[in-house]
Amino acid sequence: MPIQRRTFLAAAGTGAVAGLAGCSQILGGNDQTAGVAGETLTLTTTTSTYDTGLLGELNGPFEEMYGVSVDSVAQGTGAALETARNGDSDVVMVHARSLEDEFMRNGHGVNRRDIMFNDFVIVGPEGDPAGIQGMASATEAFTTIANSESMFVSRGDNSGTHTKELLIWEQAGVEPGGDWYQETGTGMGEALNIANEQGAYTLSDRGTYLSQRSEIDLVILVQGPIEGGPETLANPYGIMAVNPAVHDVNYDLSMAYIGYITSPQAQDLIDGYRANGEQLFFPRALSEDPDFQQYVPEGWSSNATSG
Amino acid sequence: MTVIAGAVPIVSLPAFPFEPQYVWSIIDVSLYVSGLAIVFSTAVSLPVALLLGFTEFRGKQFLQAIINTGMGFPSVVVGLLVLFAVSNQGPLGGLDLVFTREAMIMSQFVLATPAITAISLAAVSGVEENVRDAAHVLGGTRVDVALVTIKEARYGIATAILAGFGRAISEVGSVLIVGGNIASADGVSKTRTLTTAIQLEARQGRYETAMVLGGILLVIVLLINAVVVRLGEGGVMQ
Repeated sequence: MPIQRRTFLAAAGTGAVAGLAGCSQILGGNDQTAGVAGETLTLTTTTSTYDTGLLGELNGPFEEMYGVSVDSVAQGTGAALETARNGDSDVVMVHARSLEDEFMRNGHGVNRRDIMFNDFVIVGPEGDPAGIQGMASATEAFTTIANSESMFVSRGDNSGTHTKELLIWEQAGVEPGGDWYQETGTGMGEALNIANEQGAYTLSDRGTYLSQRSEIDLVILVQGPIEGGPETLANPYGIMAVNPAVHDVNYDLSMAYIGYITSPQAQDLIDGYRANGEQLFFPRALSEDPDFQQYVPEGWSSNATSG
Repeated sequence: MTVIAGAVPIVSLPAFPFEPQYVWSIIDVSLYVSGLAIVFSTAVSLPVALLLGFTEFRGKQFLQAIINTGMGFPSVVVGLLVLFAVSNQGPLGGLDLVFTREAMIMSQFVLATPAITAISLAAVSGVEENVRDAAHVLGGTRVDVALVTIKEARYGIATAILAGFGRAISEVGSVLIVGGNIASADGVSKTRTLTTAIQLEARQGRYETAMVLGGILLVIVLLINAVVVRLGEGGVMQ
């Protein structure tokens, strides 16, 4: 009896394999492997896409569609790019254009696409000791904070948010330092908690602030561009495949992923994603007009490099 | 008493914030990684401890000092070293071990081995010389002598293994680096352990849920200690 059952299973198995092989031929795959099914894509990304729950929402349908699994490693922009630089991830989704451009220029990344954006906000205690409420310029707000030496909490972790913060200090012409300026070296959620405890100002992405607003007393004092604030506080997210000419990576699958993330389906998911009833990210991959700047480093032109 | 009990409103416990499947898979990964790491560590540490305990040679104290130093090795540094080894660019790059449980087992092995070796060595050295001599005189082979020593030193060795296990399952630095704290989109842990899950919650400022996971970790360590102590007592009865 057991032997018969085994024979049956073997026969059924052979039939199933033959059937699958037939399918893959129809789909254009070869006999040995049915496309990318069963493979794993390693995605290094930032804490904000992961912690807001957006990635889980996006990756489910992709995994189902291709029969693959996506390993998302949430690291912060600097670390995510470094992991990719070592060839340990296949695709990177981050939010610091200057670091992305450097990554591309050094030949580690290819096929960059814009995905989505949200914005940064400057938050602080309700009392607003420095008096920055409603300022129309981020650099002016930062200068005012520095001049009044009000407490400011910095991520200090080479993340996308930290990169943006340093850029604003630079534009403001202020070298931050002194007792009032604290580098925490933590994630955005922790940095918000620390700022909350100390009655300090900090720069936060809107998504993380909104998801944590109910637990802290900090309020938005300078809005980002989504609510009519300065363009300096824009927070665009990009995605890049790790260069298969440099690293041994799963390039096919990472391009499939980039294709999916920038597809109408995934862009709709981003548009519809809500946390605590608020929209956190705004899709940006699709537009009727060409957007060549997303493929190359900012300020790049063929004339500039040919000379 | 009854007055007080009546006056204080019954505090309702917050609803359990996670899917059971998620928590079970995290516990599963934690025990798998730390358990296997400790099995390998013990397999290496015990023979080394016995060998060191039985022999005298120049530089033995220096070697002991190195092993003792290993007990205080920061887990983040171990994580970085293992990452360099298994990274695509590293010597083991071809094995594709980055962000896998196997890499996590490697780093916890490195972390736990000095602790188990050092404490076992102390236990073995504490076994009276005449016990060993007796075993030898009674015609025991080296293996017999070793077994007698292990039996005599079993409490110390159990403590060593528990200390190693405690170090492994409670560390967050190395498994975060080499494991990547990965859970799939359907909420099943791949390389997420209790400690990295706690870190994830804390990073988002969700300290209460982090504490819930911390409580689970504590209970697991407590249970394992209880089981090992119980086993030790069983040994005494025989």
